[in-house]
Amino acid sequence: MNFEFSDEQNLLREQVQKFLREQCPPEKVRAVLDDVEMSHDAGLWQSIVDLGWTGVSIPEQYGGVGLGYLELCVIAEELGRSLAPTPYASSVYLATEALLLYGSEAQKQNYLPRLAAGEIVGTFAMAEGRRAPRPENLATKLRDGKISGQKLPVPDGDIANFAVVLVRDEKASSLVIVDLASEGVQRAAVETLDPTRSQARLDFTNAACEPLGDAGEGWQQAQRLFDRAAVLFAFEQVGGAQASLEMARSYAMERYAFGRPIASFQAIKHKLADMYISSTLARSNCYYGAWALSTDAPELALAAATARVTATQAYDECAKENIQTHGGMGFTWEFDCHMYFRRAKALAVNLGGLTGWQDRLVSALESTPPQEA
Amino acid sequence: MNFDDTPQEAAFRAEAQTFLNANATLKVDAPPRKETEDEHIVRARAWQKLKSENGWACLSWPKEYGGRDAQPMELIIWGQEESRYDVPVGPYAIGLGMCGPTMIAYASEEHKAQRLPRMSAGEDIWCQLFSEPSAGSDLANLRTRCERDGDDWIINGQKIWTSGAHYCDWGILVTRSDPTVAKHKGLTFFFLDMKSPGVEVRPIKQISGDANFNEVYFTDVRIPDHQRLGAVGDGWKVSLTTLMNERLAVGDAGGSDVPHLMELLAKVDIDGTPALENASVREKVANWYCQMSGLQNTKYRVMSALSSGKTPGPESSITKVISANKMLDIGSFGIDLMDMGGILVDREGDEMNSRLFQGSFMGGPGYRIAGGTDEVLRNIIAERVLGLPQDVRVDKGIPFNEVAQGSS
Repeated sequence: MNFEFSDEQNLLREQVQKFLREQCPPEKVRAVLDDVEMSHDAGLWQSIVDLGWTGVSIPEQYGGVGLGYLELCVIAEELGRSLAPTPYASSVYLATEALLLYGSEAQKQNYLPRLAAGEIVGTFAMAEGRRAPRPENLATKLRDGKISGQKLPVPDGDIANFAVVLVRDEKASSLVIVDLASEGVQRAAVETLDPTRSQARLDFTNAACEPLGDAGEGWQQAQRLFDRAAVLFAFEQVGGAQASLEMARSYAMERYAFGRPIASFQAIKHKLADMYISSTLARSNCYYGAWALSTDAPELALAAATARVTATQAYDECAKENIQTHGGMGFTWEFDCHMYFRRAKALAVNLGGLTGWQDRLVSALESTPPQEA
Repeated sequence: MNFDDTPQEAAFRAEAQTFLNANATLKVDAPPRKETEDEHIVRARAWQKLKSENGWACLSWPKEYGGRDAQPMELIIWGQEESRYDVPVGPYAIGLGMCGPTMIAYASEEHKAQRLPRMSAGEDIWCQLFSEPSAGSDLANLRTRCERDGDDWIINGQKIWTSGAHYCDWGILVTRSDPTVAKHKGLTFFFLDMKSPGVEVRPIKQISGDANFNEVYFTDVRIPDHQRLGAVGDGWKVSLTTLMNERLAVGDAGGSDVPHLMELLAKVDIDGTPALENASVREKVANWYCQMSGLQNTKYRVMSALSSGKTPGPESSITKVISANKMLDIGSFGIDLMDMGGILVDREGDEMNSRLFQGSFMGGPGYRIAGGTDEVLRNIIAERVLGLPQDVRVDKGIPFNEVAQGSS
């Protein structure tokens, strides 16, 4: 039984934590929040590239550092904890992963070394506005090898160099790669609830593209990609939930009411205990997801949905109750509570909302009946 | 990460399986049992004796007292394997899990040599006499008096919620020796023969109709001083040793869980549509599965730490509060799914497994209270895991006999 991260992985965690404590304090996140022109922290992003984190999951033959998914989970948790305002998730969990899963040898050789080196940033474009995408309702069309339509919101779409786009022809959906600097692509940053990770609207008008993976298999390929990304985002969510709990704890210890720290009132103690309970359930399920992701286990769909649902609920609770514990100051712009609250919601919907993932979890259970513990 | 045993663990597991296969039936192959409590106790004593004769009793205890000097991980592996078999272990859980370790820590060599091997061999069943009508979550508020009389102590008072007292041979007991000092300071701890004159056991009928617990009355019961555990006035410290072991012993509540719910869902409709197609049902199943899986994976983290010789973190402190509520809520929902017939008690055939859901529904409220209420457990997480301040105590430092006492 070995269900913890190894000593080497924990050492990596310490290094990542130290780096982010120094290079990504809340002021840096706030700078991106306050400046509408700022899509991300370019200095921080460059440092992350220099440290090699963009190549963690990429094999050495494609210019990566050839670590693995457990190491990527460690980094994800710390990026979530520190609210790092960078395009890391879009480029690594989504674009890099899509190429690793579905890229031809030529595509891997073309994109992966540049992704690892941070020369290019990739993203994944699926959403088309305020309704859940379905394979039959996609309005972004593939015709004669070119695509037309609108994707909104696309994470980091304003700064990415290319996007993997889910499109549809007359018959079925497919994944294609689009160079976002090419003719027929227009893009604009859009306002969202969480400005610390930028989002964009991409308009395609007969834009050139190259197919990724099997034509007609786009929807299934996107689902499998999302299962894998869900585990990584769940680690970000757990990191954020943990940070919210720690913030609430410190404030409750310092803040006095009725002559005593509010942390001595059971109403607050039990609230914080509940935050601990939900974040512990989420962490344990994330470890299961990490195991399934790193071993490509047949249980991945179930493990990913379980990690995703639990982590979404934990971050939602911890971010919300952190504000409540702070009282009136908690809902001021000045205090940092809202940065976690915003991120919690952005992560809760980025791969599709909670209800959809609960449904997915049960579908996975139906095909893999649960065993008695 | 992997779920594999180390070679030593695998060898230990194989050895356990060999013994179990030779001497017990897997639960999945066992026919349903109908037996009285007396018959159950007879069977439990026989199973404990057999384990003891073959080196599978009280694994974590020292060999000289009837144990095996086993590693924590071996204890877990044995628990995993034994729980797959239709064997009666309940009557011994408190004695072996809580009374034994307290005796090991505090009893004289002579008493340990005399009592512990009998406990391990199943000859004596033990109970824990702690709670009182006015001392539940606030255990140190207990009133049962002990007074010194020559070489003996004389006990008067009442205990309650004593599991199995009606069939137990021995018990551990915490009493008040000095009511003129603060409540935690005036306690003294003993063990006693439950057949001592003046001990009267009265079963308590629970809402489920079962009677697993008792009231125990003490009227001028004499306990020799050499059966005292710890110094006079040190009873609280001794109690904490017992309670620490209780937290290890009381884990997952069991009862109805997601696998049983999935089986039921395959058999029932809602408005003519298979129940599992209902969105509200799916949301509930997903959330309970997340809890079930979260507890299971938390257990794996603890096992992983033990397996590599580390001390586990505090994460298993969440187990009981989640599992007790999950069991109750799934039991309640199972009854809902059986619709208007959900309240029918079926004592003969039971294709819907209704007794399990009803049993969890009627037993769940008790699990939320036993071994630390939901509220006490949240306090423990807040104070010991998160390091928050203790509750303000208005009785702090006040002599016990001056502390306000409400109704019991």
